[in-house]
Parts: sequence; C-alpha cells; structure tokens
Amino acid sequence: MRYINHEDVAVRTKKRLTKNLLLKGVFAAATTFGLIVLAVLLYRIITQGSGYLSLDFFTSFSSRIPENSGIRAAIVGSIYLMLVVAPVSMFLGVGTAIYLEEYATKNKFNDLIKVNISNLAGVPSVVFGLLGLTIFVRYFDLGISILAAGLTMSLLILPIIIVASQEAIRAVPNELRDASFAMGATKWQTILRVVLPASIPGILTGSILALSRAIGETAPLVVIGIPTILMFMPDGLMSTFTALPMQIYDWTKRPQVAFHDVAAAGIIVLMALLIIMNSIAVFIRNKYQKRY
Amino acid sequence: MKSVKYLAMSTILGSAVFLAACGEEEAADSSNGSGSESSELEGQVRGDGSSTVAPIMEAIVEEYAAAQPGVQVSSGVSGTGGGFEKFIAGETAFSNASREISEEEIAGLEEAGIEFTEVELAFDGLSVVVSQENDWVDYLTVEELKEMWTETGEEKTWADIREGWPEEPIEYYSPGTDSGTYDYFNEVILEDQDIVRSATLSEDDNVLVQGVLGSPNAVGYFGYAYYLENQDTLRAVPIDNGEGPVEPNNETIESGEYAPLSRPMFTYVSNAAIAEDPAAADFIKFAIENAGDLSEAVGYVRAPQDVYDEDMATIEELAGE
Repeated sequence: MRYINHEDVAVRTKKRLTKNLLLKGVFAAATTFGLIVLAVLLYRIITQGSGYLSLDFFTSFSSRIPENSGIRAAIVGSIYLMLVVAPVSMFLGVGTAIYLEEYATKNKFNDLIKVNISNLAGVPSVVFGLLGLTIFVRYFDLGISILAAGLTMSLLILPIIIVASQEAIRAVPNELRDASFAMGATKWQTILRVVLPASIPGILTGSILALSRAIGETAPLVVIGIPTILMFMPDGLMSTFTALPMQIYDWTKRPQVAFHDVAAAGIIVLMALLIIMNSIAVFIRNKYQKRY
Repeated sequence: MKSVKYLAMSTILGSAVFLAACGEEEAADSSNGSGSESSELEGQVRGDGSSTVAPIMEAIVEEYAAAQPGVQVSSGVSGTGGGFEKFIAGETAFSNASREISEEEIAGLEEAGIEFTEVELAFDGLSVVVSQENDWVDYLTVEELKEMWTETGEEKTWADIREGWPEEPIEYYSPGTDSGTYDYFNEVILEDQDIVRSATLSEDDNVLVQGVLGSPNAVGYFGYAYYLENQDTLRAVPIDNGEGPVEPNNETIESGEYAPLSRPMFTYVSNAAIAEDPAAADFIKFAIENAGDLSEAVGYVRAPQDVYDEDMATIEELAGE
C-alpha cells in the first residue's frame, strides 16, 4: 500500500490548479489591456505628430498655418513655470513635513492637519485654479503672470510633496536620531545632519513626480486665464506666458485636422519631458536609497 | 551626499544656461526686426475671450508680431462670457466675443467705470449639420428648427418635425452653454426656451463633429469653419427664413442672406486703453485693417468694407488722431 494515492491527489489538485491558471490569465489580461491602450495611444500620437517634429517646431511660435506652428513660447513658459514651482513647493512641502514629523507633538489638532493634507491631495485641480485666480491674480494683484501661475501650481502639488516627504522622514530609524542626541546634538543639528541626508532620496523622488504632475496640468492655467495666443518670450516672473499643455489644448480644439497633428507633436514633446523627469526620479531612488 | 548636491547644482545651472540662450536669441530677433517699421512701439496688450474668434485673433497677433516686434500682444481663450468677466475686472484691453455684449455685462462695465467700443472683425455662419447618411432633410425652416431644439417633455422623432421623415429619435449635439455660439443660437432660434434635455453639450466643437458623424439621425450646429473642414462627411442644412432655403457659404453669410444664423464676430476694446496706450491703439487699428483677409484665411467670412471703415474711424477718433 502506498502512503499517497496519486490518482486521488491529481483529481483533488486539478480543480485548484485550473483555478490558479484561470486567475493568472485574468490578471495577465488586465495588465495587457492597460499596455495595449498605452501602445495604441503612443502609436496614434507618434504617427500623427512625428511629421511635425523638427528643430523649427522648437524655435517658432504658434501660427495660423499648421506647418509654421511651434512651441517656442510654450516650452520656455513651462520651464519658467517650473523655476517658480520647484523652489516654492519644495521649501513649503519639505518644511511642513519636517515640522509635522520632527517638531509637532501628537495631539488632536496636529492629527487634524495631517488628515486634511491628505484630503487636499484629492481636491480637483480646477478648484486650485479658482483659488489662484482669487488670491494671487486678483487679491495680491500679481496679474496673469508666471509668478501667479507658479504659486497656484505650487499649492496644487504641495500635498503630494508633503506626504512623500513625511514618509521619507518617517522611514529614518529612530536609532539614528537617538545616537545623534546622545552625542549632544540639538534637534536642528540632528535634522540637518542626520535626518535630512538619510531621507533626501525619498523627498527628491516624491518632489520630481509632483513636479511632473505640475508640468502636465492644464485646468488651473485655463481658470487663471493664461493666454494661448502670444508671440513673445517671457522676460521675467511678472511676464505673461503660455505653457505647453495650454498650447496643446488650444490646438486640439481647432477645426483644421492638421492642427490636431501639430498637437500630437506637442504631446510627444510633453511626454518626453515627463519621461525624462520620471527617469531622474527612478535614478535617484535606485542610486541613493539606503536600507537600514 | 555630495553627488546629490552635484546633481541639483547641475540641473539648476543647466536650465539657467538654456534660458539665457533663449533670451539671447530673442534679443537678436528684435534687433533684426527694427528698421523694417518706421515707428517702433513698445508695450503690452492683453485680451481674452471667445474661442470661436481665437483663430482670427491668432492670425492677427501673428502678423502684428512681425510688424511691431516691440509690442507684446497676448490673448486667451476663456470663452465669450469668461472673457467679459476679465474685461469687467479690468484685466484685459480687448475682449473677443462671438455674440453681442449682454445687458448684464454692460451693467458690470458701467459699474466698473469702463467705457468700451464694439469692433466687428468678421462673420460666421452658424451651420446646422447632419451626417451625409441622412438623405431626407432637404432644408429646415426657422420654425422647424425651433420645434426641433426646444424641450417639450417628450422624445422627438424626425417624423414629428415634418411628415414623411423617418420615425427615428433625433440625436442632438450642441456647443456648451458657456460659449457665445450657444448664446447666439439661444437668442435667435430657441428664444430663451430650454434646449432639449437629451442634447449632448460640449465646449469642444470637434466632439460635436464626431457625434454628428456617428449617426444618420444626429443633428448639430457649430461655426462655419468646422463645417468647411468636414464637408466631405457632413452636410449643411439650408435654412428657410421665409424667403426660401439658403445654404451657408461665403456670399450668403457676408450679405446676411443666410439669416438668422449669420452672425458677426466682435472684439470689444476698452476706450481708455485706446486713448492712453499707443500700442493698444496701433494693434486694434492693425486688426481692423487686416481682419478681412485674415479671417478668410482661417475659415471665416469677411465683413462688408464699410463696417471696417466705420470701426476704423471710431478707433482713430478715440486715439485722438
């Protein structure tokens, strides 16, 4: 007599194995579905837009003639926008995260702040646009400028940066802080020399991902009233400007089909920018991440 | 941690160098431009408003940038209503509109102490379109249009509009309620009655084009330029205003024969801006001079020459010439 009845086992496991196989198929299909949609989208955009991608596309302004249209004002405007958004949002975001994680005592009020920051991350971007229009454009009288738009965008991505920075700071083991305090360091010395260096990869990764959201966002800019028709370069933070997503949005609404292809070329540039930013984030995470 | 600092520094330096390069290029451009024009003006002129007028405005701004590189003109596309909101707030010098300014907006401007002048840029024929698969609609009277588009509480079929047409439910596609196009249609056809509730509203006219293309039972309306671009697949319905069916085309729109859906495109300019800012006055004069040719280049119809002449005289007077 054998201890294991192989026939019986085969019958019993068959059901489980089929189930396993079936579910594997379902999950694989779910993954492929996303990939196929992405591939179709990429294929369409690249076949539509690649014909318009050339050096001239970067050095000429928008035009009524599709062949002469370019993104010169838009791409420089987007870069200027980032020059405002990056320092403002990172200073405010990381500052808030340090306060909440290192200084704030655990009480009901601080818990309320934390919950609200997470909620803020889910607020639609149009609402931030209205806030920016009321506060920065009108109340502070900054006008429709790079500064006003930059501050609005900073508010939009602030919650993301705060949450990412908080996670990064929380991941630093308490033993490191204790060791620092044991050596007689003050709280600020500990934060500056121990906590921040250890958490900076996480902070940077989160910030770059947040910035890449800001560079692709259109709705707040539409609400603020950023123009799309302009034929000059911004010459300072108070200057009017246009941004890449605004320009693309404008082109897709044109009646002429050729402009939809120009829009596709703009989308390729925007996508390339996003891929570069996201790769930098991945690179930083992989290279500087330390495990404790 | 040094390498992180290095990375940050190089990013900052890199973008600074890039921007400096762009700035230099611009300086070179403007020095090339000088000399071609007798009088060099400098300044900033801001506008906003209708996205229907935007293609005309873009063409004008583009040509003007070549003629007067020192003047920075910008214009947004917030829609006719959104544009007037900024005009009333005093943020813009001109406001593009695809309908006449409303009583409410005039009151707002009065309250803000802003005097304005209406400038006609071009004409557009609101085109009522059906798919080319629709072979029964030969023309529509204004009454039939109204009957078709107003909400009566029950689903309408083509047979309800005129006997002999198929008993298929009508699918409606209309521009969004924020657009001047909707406002104009509301004024002349709906006469302030509710639009059919089953209508698909979209701010993007290309969505309407796709919608009408999708079904032989669909009907929609939008600017003439969108019909021109899609005349292979769409059919404009001739409109009968009591004097026989008239099809929208350059002649019937300019002459006003295509009534009541032939509508003017405006830009409203602030009198104070014209009087005080030579750059703004110069830009608006340039716009009036070139609006005819440039509007035809982008799919609209020129206004009669005496309209332009009249506008020009008003602006010159305001500018103190």
